[in-house]
Amino acid sequence: MHMDQKKIRNFCIIAHIDHGKSTLADRIIEKTGLLTSREMQAQVLDNMDLERERGITIKSQAVRTVYKAKNGEEYIFNLIDTPGHVDFNYEVSRSLAACDGAILVVDAAQGVEAQTLANVYLALDHDLDVFPVINKIDLPSADPQHVIEEIEDIIGIEAEDAPQISAKTGLNVEDVLEQIVAKIPAPSGDPDAPLKALIFDSLYDPYKGVIVFCRIKEGCIKKGTPVKMMATGARADVVEVGYFGAGQFIPCEELSAGMVGYFTASLKNVKDTRVGDTVTDSSRPADTPLPGYKKVNPMVYCGMYPADSAKYPELRDALEKLQLNDAALFFEPETSLALGFGFRCGFLGLLHLEIIQERLEREYNLDLVTTAPSVIYKVHKTSGEVIDLTNPSNLPDPAEIEYMEEPMVKAEIMVTTEFIGAIMDLCQERRGEYQGMEYIEGTRAMLTYHLPLNEIIYDFFDALKSRSRGYASFDYELLGYVRSELVKLDILVNKEAVDALSFIVFSGSAYERGRKMCEKLKEEIPRQLFEIPIQAAVGGKIIARETVRAMRKDVLAKCYGGDITRKKKLLEKQKEGKKRMRQVGNVEIPQKAFMSVLKLDEK
Amino acid sequence: MKALELYIHIPFCIKKCAYCDFLSGPSDEKTRENYVELLCREIEECRGKIEEYEVVTVFFGGGTPSVLPGEQIQKIMSKLRGVFTFTKDVEITLEMNPGTVTMEKLIAYKKAGINRLSIGLQSVHKEELKLLGRIHSYEEFVHSYQMAREAGFDNINIDLISAIPGQTVASCCETLKTIIDLQPEHISAYSLIIEEGTPFYEVYGEGDGADLLPSEEVEREMYWQTKQVLHGAGYERYEISNYAREGYACRHNIGYWERTPYLGLGIGAASLFEEMRYTNPSDIEEYQRCFGEKFKAEKLSIEEQMEEFMFLGLRMMNGISRRKFRKAFGKEIEEVYGKQIEKLKKLLLLEENGDRIHLTEKGIDVSNSVFVEFMF
Repeated sequence: MHMDQKKIRNFCIIAHIDHGKSTLADRIIEKTGLLTSREMQAQVLDNMDLERERGITIKSQAVRTVYKAKNGEEYIFNLIDTPGHVDFNYEVSRSLAACDGAILVVDAAQGVEAQTLANVYLALDHDLDVFPVINKIDLPSADPQHVIEEIEDIIGIEAEDAPQISAKTGLNVEDVLEQIVAKIPAPSGDPDAPLKALIFDSLYDPYKGVIVFCRIKEGCIKKGTPVKMMATGARADVVEVGYFGAGQFIPCEELSAGMVGYFTASLKNVKDTRVGDTVTDSSRPADTPLPGYKKVNPMVYCGMYPADSAKYPELRDALEKLQLNDAALFFEPETSLALGFGFRCGFLGLLHLEIIQERLEREYNLDLVTTAPSVIYKVHKTSGEVIDLTNPSNLPDPAEIEYMEEPMVKAEIMVTTEFIGAIMDLCQERRGEYQGMEYIEGTRAMLTYHLPLNEIIYDFFDALKSRSRGYASFDYELLGYVRSELVKLDILVNKEAVDALSFIVFSGSAYERGRKMCEKLKEEIPRQLFEIPIQAAVGGKIIARETVRAMRKDVLAKCYGGDITRKKKLLEKQKEGKKRMRQVGNVEIPQKAFMSVLKLDEK
Repeated sequence: MKALELYIHIPFCIKKCAYCDFLSGPSDEKTRENYVELLCREIEECRGKIEEYEVVTVFFGGGTPSVLPGEQIQKIMSKLRGVFTFTKDVEITLEMNPGTVTMEKLIAYKKAGINRLSIGLQSVHKEELKLLGRIHSYEEFVHSYQMAREAGFDNINIDLISAIPGQTVASCCETLKTIIDLQPEHISAYSLIIEEGTPFYEVYGEGDGADLLPSEEVEREMYWQTKQVLHGAGYERYEISNYAREGYACRHNIGYWERTPYLGLGIGAASLFEEMRYTNPSDIEEYQRCFGEKFKAEKLSIEEQMEEFMFLGLRMMNGISRRKFRKAFGKEIEEVYGKQIEKLKKLLLLEENGDRIHLTEKGIDVSNSVFVEFMF
């Protein structure tokens, strides 16, 4: 007997940041009795410390609870938490594809905001039924009636009977539970058809191998099913199937059409179980895979080096472990004159980069030096050969280069009309080509631009937010490569080129970037025992220069019997500071200086 | 017999100066009497642990030890003599501030065995003294100084401070020249350090306030001028901030830089004894409970001892001795610090002179950066 689909609800919660998505998720889990409030650690679904701290969701999570509705029936709720950043847009879209409906949380004081809209549209694109919930009605500034009108006017969904709740206190959360039953459609799909399951995440476990998170669309899966991933071609026999308890995996007999759960099949590599792929039964395969799969490739590369070169093997082990869980992470060994042995790593975007960097530092206790992120450039050589350039140091001699290409993206920016001018200026500065503008409703517009990827990977998102007071949201997709005038900008510290500081830049911006880079490095490099020239050069020609003056004074007037312990601590601290620097020639360069290029646009 | 130095901390003063971060404050007579009592008990506690040592120097520091009447200094000295063995030529210094002594008091100190005085003057200029929060005028200082001479003190140090907010190179030199005329045996000339937790830190520690201090350039100019002026008057710089006429270098302080063992007595006082560093509690109640703890403190590692050998020894103008390094650690200094010494010599921060290695003039200005090279 298969599970009765009518008693299943698969849904997610969508919201603008800080509108209370995770708090509502916690409350739903608590009210359906999965955990008592004492067992609850706030925000159960955000597992990683990093996620809790940053208030963002990095990996998809899922949890199953059972709700006894007022009609006396028991319903199975599968709540799927989705990542919340443009770097992970593809993962978000796959998580949404695993749901049948979505709860839209809107803050009763703040009302509809940029991400609210972006997320609603994303959900509607996936044919999800969306119902709104008005949260934080306990706030003195709450104005639920106004928010209801906003939701109806701007988003165009019915909001008159939206539950008015406080996820924090638990007020009216029962109404949300009832509406999940009433408004989220039950899943459909034929449990007797050939298996089609959508992978929306996977996790590596040292004992069980890869744990695949999936939504069964058709057919069913159980222990022993010989499965095949339709895109990667990987095959294995299922060892265990089950569903998600709070923070634990609970094995069960089978997963049938409409259910959300996991399976293990002694798969050793998450690369075999790509998000978005379709799992089928190789003894009775489906004709066609589920739509929407794509292989995600790294878009941004940078060098990662252990601050202490003796930690190279530890860094390699840590990257290998992270990769088990993160199919989008790429790395290969490289060496730098300035930084020694390290890895060239590829990421989905800058946030992905930062997350990996932080996890390496926290979970693996590694001190890292990271070089400026770069996109992949295509270098067409006079010999006819084309190379993919991920490390500026590998740029061939200019005489061997016929021309170069850089990746372009199509960016869609949603913004309220008052900020259109500011955002257009920003895109202009970033070499954007205007493609068009569409008014969505009275006060909101969608701008479309073609932008070079290397102009948006650093700080575009931050600039966008600051110039629109947080109201703009944006999404991009890769268009392809276009020919561009690109040059390598070298930085010389004390007359020596520092390979780890080189970067590729549009030739028209080289002078400006070189000047700013020198200024930034002048701030970052502390005064040392001698004067240090910092120069920017293109093709051997110096285009900018700054000087770090020699240290004049570093002396303690007094050091007697009672001072020694304290003075020794001061010297030790000074020594620690030196250890965090990289010796390049005679000069000590602080590790964060290697990331300076990221901060050139800070005002 | 091994050499031992004693430091006696007297945490009392009339009024705390604005730049002072020492453990010190105003007090009443009862408190002082009680404190001297405790000091004597701590001294008694040393009995049985110092039999192989003889005391080469004693230093009463503060605070302002001269707030104590003659009898109390006498009492401490008698107790010390009862417990420790003193060498014949023991140097016994007492710090005093102008305006805290009378002729009778000075005679009593002399009788108690004090044979060196260190007087805190800091500046001859009224405005500078006021800014520093000093309680005395230059005239009061001269009066105390002359009384000390009359009482028979023939080894006197004068403490000076440079880089006072608003001070010019000219006013700094004027102070020096005025003092030279008095012909003290020893002059300590410190560049003002803005210590955290002092009223000065509140004003000059960070931000705009820091701009009121003389610039690094001016401060260094004052330092170089100090050396020049004092050198011309027959004072030799034997440590970064210390100058003396021949034969009058402070043996007690040299002991700190050469790592001679010392016992610190009184609250907050530090000890180096059998390669252990220990600091007495600064809270009086806790201090009473912890007499003798200094003999149970944790040992310094060989690395720490080497670090100290370098960064203390190099403070002195004749620097460190390779022979002494070998004697202390059983290996050549090159085996441990060869690379660092070469590098610093190349940068013209260190110089060699036979057995000795010392800072250059340039090395003095950036001596912390030099010392850091010797830290493990």
